[in-house]
Amino acid sequence: MSEVKKTKYLNPYVGGVLLGLVLLAANFVSGRGLGASGAIKSAVVTTVSLVMPSHVENSAFYTEYKESHPGNLMKSWLVFEMIGVLIGGFLSGAFAKRLKFKVEHSPKITSKRRIIFAVLGGVLFGFGSQLGRGCTSGSALSGMAVLSVGGFLTMAFIFGTAFALAYFFRKNWI
Amino acid sequence: MGPLIVNEIISPNTNLLIAMLIGIGFGFVLESSGFSSSRKLAGMFYGYDTTVLKVFFTAAITAMIGLLFFSLFGWIDLSYVYVNPTYLTSAMVGGAVMGAGFIIGGFCPGTAFCALSIGKLDALAFIGGLVLGIIFFTEGYPMWEDLYKANFMGTPTMNELLDIPRGIFALGLILAAFAMFWVGEWAEKKFPREEY
Repeated sequence: MSEVKKTKYLNPYVGGVLLGLVLLAANFVSGRGLGASGAIKSAVVTTVSLVMPSHVENSAFYTEYKESHPGNLMKSWLVFEMIGVLIGGFLSGAFAKRLKFKVEHSPKITSKRRIIFAVLGGVLFGFGSQLGRGCTSGSALSGMAVLSVGGFLTMAFIFGTAFALAYFFRKNWI
Repeated sequence: MGPLIVNEIISPNTNLLIAMLIGIGFGFVLESSGFSSSRKLAGMFYGYDTTVLKVFFTAAITAMIGLLFFSLFGWIDLSYVYVNPTYLTSAMVGGAVMGAGFIIGGFCPGTAFCALSIGKLDALAFIGGLVLGIIFFTEGYPMWEDLYKANFMGTPTMNELLDIPRGIFALGLILAAFAMFWVGEWAEKKFPREEY
């Protein structure tokens, strides 16, 4: 029992302080917080605009979005930040020797089941992040740092719902 | 002085370069903390691994305290910092849908990209789902436009809502975070499990 629990990861409190400093830097330099889902939306809107320009002109959402986001959507803060996330994650994984193609899942379920649930969860998260105007990074974490009421609410509902539903999906994880 | 971009101390292109550097820091910290593993992330909701709680709340209070002191020292003008607007209904409904997505899919958008960067294929599938979910939202927009724009409250902050000074709210949040860390440490001892 006296044995110190070994971990391959950074101490979570140290990681939290570092993440907080990254978020502080974003606010100090760029006057905004972090984000993730917004970058995917930029990519989606850009792709749809290229493939189906007439559809974009006739759709309420795209018209509103383009009015509020003039210029090249891919030349946005969040798109550059997410490219950075891929580089930063890769570097950390490379240093820690964690680079490996794999489908991570509980031994109780198959890879196929894991992939189906990942897609389903992604669809829900993608939809919810649009409705909630940002995901865990953009709305909950960044919103909380600037004390936004919406940020606190979104955070409470993300974690609250996940806790409430956890029992039904336990086989997928433990 | 800050925010640097608003006060035109840096150019828009430098801002994008810095966005990428900030992203590198973001991705590096997420991966080092274990956020590239869906089973570790999901552990939060079963009590066997509360890393998410610890990292998330430590980060939120660190940035909050930083902004508070930067503002007190006159290093940043908080009126130029983006405050997320509050749309009461969509913040709650959107949050609930995201919460369901989290426990079913095991990631959130930021952690999925982080996991993809080290080769997790379940993260790639999740990102595919995100794209579909976003398209579903944009294509069906007229159907949920009313819900999306309902109960707009402007950009209130928690201390304004409670009518207390910013610092007092910050202190309260720090104490609440410490209480949650204590519960998290307790839960990890009560539901021990091998680390993923």
